[in-house]
Amino acid sequence: MKRLRTYHEVTGDDRSDLGSQVAAQHARVALRLAGVRRVVAVMSGKGGVGKSFVTAGLAAALSRAGRATGVLDGDLHGPTAARMLGAVPGRLEVGEDGVSPVVAPGGVRLMSSDLLLAEGAPLRWREPDRFRHVWRGALESGMLREFLADVRWGALDVLLVDLPPGTDRLDALVELLPRPPGVVVVTIPSEASFRSVRRAVAAAREASLPVHGVIENMAGYRCAGCSVEGPLFHGDAGERLAREAGAPLLARIPFDPRVQAAVDAGGLDAAATALSGAAGALLARLERP
Amino acid sequence: MKFLCVECDRQMGFAERELPGDGTLAAVFTCPACNRQVAMLTNPMETQLVASLGVKIGGRTLPEQPMELVRSVMQGGREDAFAEAPAPATGKAHPTWDAPARERLERVPAFVRGMVQRIYADYAAEHGIAVITPDVMDQARHELGLEGM
Repeated sequence: MKRLRTYHEVTGDDRSDLGSQVAAQHARVALRLAGVRRVVAVMSGKGGVGKSFVTAGLAAALSRAGRATGVLDGDLHGPTAARMLGAVPGRLEVGEDGVSPVVAPGGVRLMSSDLLLAEGAPLRWREPDRFRHVWRGALESGMLREFLADVRWGALDVLLVDLPPGTDRLDALVELLPRPPGVVVVTIPSEASFRSVRRAVAAAREASLPVHGVIENMAGYRCAGCSVEGPLFHGDAGERLAREAGAPLLARIPFDPRVQAAVDAGGLDAAATALSGAAGALLARLERP
Repeated sequence: MKFLCVECDRQMGFAERELPGDGTLAAVFTCPACNRQVAMLTNPMETQLVASLGVKIGGRTLPEQPMELVRSVMQGGREDAFAEAPAPATGKAHPTWDAPARERLERVPAFVRGMVQRIYADYAAEHGIAVITPDVMDQARHELGLEGM
């Protein structure tokens, strides 16, 4: 049998055209985000620390400070940012150049799987019944890509991306974006949270991403009756993570049931106020010369 | 992915793609020297693996639609999640739908119906077709490779 030429020896383009299509997808993301000054991923290695609350509060506070702000809810399976921002699912207008984001009260532009899924429906894909694990990650990355590339974000000062627990969605985000995003890390004070979230900090550092700061959520309990603060979790994870990341502790946010109730009712003013200090510190980092 | 005609030592070119609707795919490649053709047949898993990337073997036949992947393969979507903006004025008359075509369109899940409607309407407009019928839908489906639409 005669020797066959190898893939690289056959110098013509791939006739499958797959490589150029993937390159075109990345170009679409870059084109869409050309008017977005900064992308900031809000992440944690641990679930239940209040990332979505922090994201929503930061977005509302940034918007209140006069910055054009968007929120991309990257927690595709457990989306909560939309409702926290007071957005009501409605019809998303689709034009030839993309899908209009929902504009939440306060002016934050928003895209979330919560706006697409029927009430209570889990995120599922039309796919063969077997071996779903093989392509599930690719589909979810595709959804994230379309949220970036196909939403008419317009000109934004900051696009916050609310990431789910863990670090794999951060990897997908970094690969999709034309420039590395910054990172805000969210933790609660406990030792368990420290151990988990430090992995996320390490992942961000390995990817050479700038860590803009750490926010310690549920840092104490503020009594709804007398506003006196008491301990809630034992530990100082926020300060330790900030030292480890070489970044400032942007804020320590106590758990306040009145704020929680207000957010559950769709009112973000209380959360914006609670996160206003963190938003100011973040802006100082982002906008320093 | 490249296809080499062993006999001629020439790279084969993409010729056509078939989506029979059972989750499989056939892509035909032709040798530019001897015109020999080979078909690459993928099973449903292989087809899905490529589709999950939001790409088409052999290249796209029409521009990528906004949120095409999400609208094509996401399940559990709200029926009223999307509203198509009115088509931009082009000076050409918009095609109309006959009753059987409209009935068939109504069977498409509402979550993706607007995108499907737009694709067929654009196809009809580009081909100077005034009335969209089920035959026109089949023709567009075949030419554009719209599995499941």
